[in-house]
Amino acid sequence: MTETDDVLAGVLDLVGKEQYHEVGEFPVERGYIWTSCSSVENGNPLYWDDEVAEALTGGPIAPPSMVSVWFRPHHWAPGRTQEALPLQVHFDLKERFGLPEAVMTDNTIEFHTPVRAGDVLRTHQVLRSVSEEKTTKLGAGRFWVIDVVYSNQDGELVAVESYTGFGYRRAEAT
Amino acid sequence: MVGVPQRLFGDVVVNEELPDLNYEVTATTVVLGALATRDWRPMHHDKDFAVHRNGTRDIFLNTPNQAAWFERYLTDWTGPHGRLARVTFRMKGSVFPGDTMILRGVVESTEVDEVGCGFASVAVTLSVDGDTKTTCAARIALPMSPDDNPWARRGDQWRPSPTQP
Repeated sequence: MTETDDVLAGVLDLVGKEQYHEVGEFPVERGYIWTSCSSVENGNPLYWDDEVAEALTGGPIAPPSMVSVWFRPHHWAPGRTQEALPLQVHFDLKERFGLPEAVMTDNTIEFHTPVRAGDVLRTHQVLRSVSEEKTTKLGAGRFWVIDVVYSNQDGELVAVESYTGFGYRRAEAT
Repeated sequence: MVGVPQRLFGDVVVNEELPDLNYEVTATTVVLGALATRDWRPMHHDKDFAVHRNGTRDIFLNTPNQAAWFERYLTDWTGPHGRLARVTFRMKGSVFPGDTMILRGVVESTEVDEVGCGFASVAVTLSVDGDTKTTCAARIALPMSPDDNPWARRGDQWRPSPTQP
C-alpha cells in the first residue's frame, strides 16, 4: 500500500460518519431576520406581519435561506484564540490530500422544519463522497461532497446543505 | 389575512416567465448583505483588500446574501404561502457596486408529489449586462387550493427533494 493509498483509505473511512458537532453561538432572533429581509428588500408579510405568521406558520419563522446565518461565528468572542472555520471537513481534505487550492462548484440546500425565533440550532458535517483523481482546466485533484446537517433543539431536521468541492494543484505548477 | 396575495399551484404554467427584478447594487447593498449574513470576511466590505488581495475590481456580493435575493425573488412571485423546498446555486462571476443586477426566472416544470404537495421548479439567473453571474435552480411549494398551506406540512408530508427515479 502506498502512502497515497493510506491517505485515501483513511478518508474513505470517514465517508458517512458524523463529524464536528456544533451548537449555534446564539438563539435565532428576529432582529437578524428583519435585517436580512431589509438587506434584500423582502416585503414578504410572513416576516413582517405577525397575523400572517400566526395563520401560516403558527408564529414567526426565519426565511429558510438564512439557515447558515445562525452558524457563522461572532467576529470576536472572549477567550477565542484562533479563527473558527466553517466547513472544517473541506479544509481537512485539502490538508490530507496535500491539495493547496480548492473551489466550491455548487451548493444545494434542502429545507425541512422551519427555523423559529428562540431556536438554538445544531449542526454536524458528513463527508458523502470523494472522487478518483481527476484533471480539469484548473488542475489535478479530487471532487468531494460534504453535507452540513442542521437540526433544532428538539432534534428536528431543519436543513441539509450539500457542497461539492474540488481540491487541486494548479495545472501550470512546475 | 385579507389582501395577502396567493399564487396557487394551478395558476402556474410551464415555461411561464417570472417578472424581472432589476436592482442597482451599491457598496451599501454589498456591506449590508454581508453583515446581515454575519459574513465578516474583508472582501465584502474592504475595497483595498478586495482589489489587492482578491484581485477583483471592488467588494462583491457574498453567496448567502445572494441566496436571500433569490428567495425574495421567488416569494415575490408566489406570495407568503410559497414554501421554498430546495435550491442549488452555481457561482460564475461576481456582482460589484455600480452593477445593475437582473434576476430572471422561468418555470421549468411542475409536479404534485406522492403526498399531494404541488411544486414548481424554477430556473433563476442573476445577470449583469447580459453576463450570468449566478444560477439558482429552485423547487418551491405552492398551495393546491385557497385552503391549502404548504407550511402546515410536517414530517413525512413534507418532501423537499423530488423522489429519485
